[in-house]
Amino acid sequence: MVRKVGIAGVGHTKFGRSEVPLVDMLALAALEALDDAGIRTGKGHGVDQVFVASMGAGLLNRQSSVASALVDTLNLQPAMAETVENGPASGASAVKLGYMAIASGMCDVALVVGGELMRVVTGWEATDFVATMLHPDAEYAYGLTLPAFAGMFTRLYMDKYGVTEKDLAMVAVKNHEHAMHNPVAHIQLVPSFHAIIEDEDAPVINPYVAEPLRVYDVCPVSDGAAAVVLCAMDLADRFPKKPVRIAGIGQATDTHVVAEREVPTDLLAVRLAAQRAYAMAGLKPEDIDVAELHDAFTILEIAISEEAGLFPRGKGHLAVRRGETRVGGRIPINTSGGLKAKGHPLGATGVSQIVELVRQLRGEAGGRQVEGARHGLAVNFGGFGNNVVATILSKEE
Amino acid sequence: MIVDKLEQSLRPPETNMPPYPPKYITLASGEKMVVHQASREDVPRLLEAVRPLVTVEKDFYDIVAARLYAELLAYQRYRVKDEYVLVGTIDGVIVGIVNGRMVDDKVGMSYHTVAIKRGLRIGAQLFAAKMEYHMDYLGQQEVLIVAESPIGYRRWMIEYELESRPSTWHELGGVPTHVLTKALWEKHKPMKCTGRRPVPPEMLEVAKKLILPSEYPQIPGFKR
Repeated sequence: MVRKVGIAGVGHTKFGRSEVPLVDMLALAALEALDDAGIRTGKGHGVDQVFVASMGAGLLNRQSSVASALVDTLNLQPAMAETVENGPASGASAVKLGYMAIASGMCDVALVVGGELMRVVTGWEATDFVATMLHPDAEYAYGLTLPAFAGMFTRLYMDKYGVTEKDLAMVAVKNHEHAMHNPVAHIQLVPSFHAIIEDEDAPVINPYVAEPLRVYDVCPVSDGAAAVVLCAMDLADRFPKKPVRIAGIGQATDTHVVAEREVPTDLLAVRLAAQRAYAMAGLKPEDIDVAELHDAFTILEIAISEEAGLFPRGKGHLAVRRGETRVGGRIPINTSGGLKAKGHPLGATGVSQIVELVRQLRGEAGGRQVEGARHGLAVNFGGFGNNVVATILSKEE
Repeated sequence: MIVDKLEQSLRPPETNMPPYPPKYITLASGEKMVVHQASREDVPRLLEAVRPLVTVEKDFYDIVAARLYAELLAYQRYRVKDEYVLVGTIDGVIVGIVNGRMVDDKVGMSYHTVAIKRGLRIGAQLFAAKMEYHMDYLGQQEVLIVAESPIGYRRWMIEYELESRPSTWHELGGVPTHVLTKALWEKHKPMKCTGRRPVPPEMLEVAKKLILPSEYPQIPGFKR
């Protein structure tokens, strides 16, 4: 019989620029999560398994076997430990593996930590590093990058569905406003909609990065770590706070080469991953109260919101215009500030999304709290949509 | 009298430089930054604004601020030939300072760029204003530039595609010199330099108050 799995503790470093090395940064998030779950490290800690999500430890920081290093740093021996790499979806993949470890009965408690130290290189080098997940011969060799794909995708989306640059700027402003209520967000600044899109200085103040995407349509390069403590729900009484249940997880893949997709504006892996998560949770899109969607580029928040069934296809931007996706709206999206304003340390992002949903479902989200939230959806997007993990959390009554 | 004569002999000859016409820029926050030329009488205020940064190691603020501090003094006391200082203000509060000097009628020399308020590309805009002064108002053909921080290197050397000319000595020292040529300026100006003129008189009046910043993002908990 599959055991139910919940989240008993969460931790999160301030995203931005880390003053400490990678493993220390991971440890800071982990210690906060362990503390939140009432777990003390050292003898008798009770953590059976540690998963660490990182995409760039080897390439950017020249460090491998990070999970083993973290276990030692935290004095969590003899816990089992693995490092998980699945591009920008590494975080959600690690949570999924933690879920499987407990659901299978192999573990009772698992610590999942995601983190990335990216600001050790220039923005250009970071962009190149992220592009290593593209097809080496068909894409990377031609200089394609993720912003380039996002720019082309946005142009197609605009042509097909009438999305405008102003819609994208609305997403950016909304997420920056949400981030102002999130003390761990990288960017604590609300851009003026007029200044970044309408003012005559806008082309210089908010220049194109990959036309039609501008600076304020693109997430920053961030360091940071996030952590969750997963537990078997049958052991919920051991923990000081009632665990938030992982109700559903879905994952799907798509073609590695984006040009091979039948409809280039479709994000099939998002659709399938979300459908699988809904089916597992026994929920429908209309049951979702709050969502963290992978807005590495503002267009992705709109497109993912449609593929995840929160809005009809081609109508996501209209919901943004109506204010439905802001806190206080019908279905608040990226209450944490999203990747856009909270930041996007690749391996941390999927875990960070889960941390935000846990805080929302516990009622601990402060000024960005979605009142009465019971079910939350996270979509963590790997590659240019070729490996996507959707996770649904539910508040246990 | 002897002191006056000595002082005179210590001062470099001055070239009549056309002034930098003030402008204002709408930043991403919606705030208006006024960029105007500072006078020698303004230097004491600017020194006060720069002084707290002299001990901030992060992002090389210490070396940049310390050198700017000395250059401001040199400007105030007539110890550098044809130096100028531009200052950026928001609602009269000093948010950034840039300086440089005219080497001759064809060549300019960029000194330093300090952004006190961060996250709004203030440093980038002030640097662009400085290049605008050299190229469009002093009518120079090229500007010699060095960088002391990785941020500066990315913003100037890489983004403006500056020409590397290590054989040309820069007054700031051993860092290899890069050059903004007239052609590079014309290429990058449309995407790097913005702003409106004239500045409304009341806005300029406020800008000239040169109010000291009450907080420095580089110095958590700073109290003046």
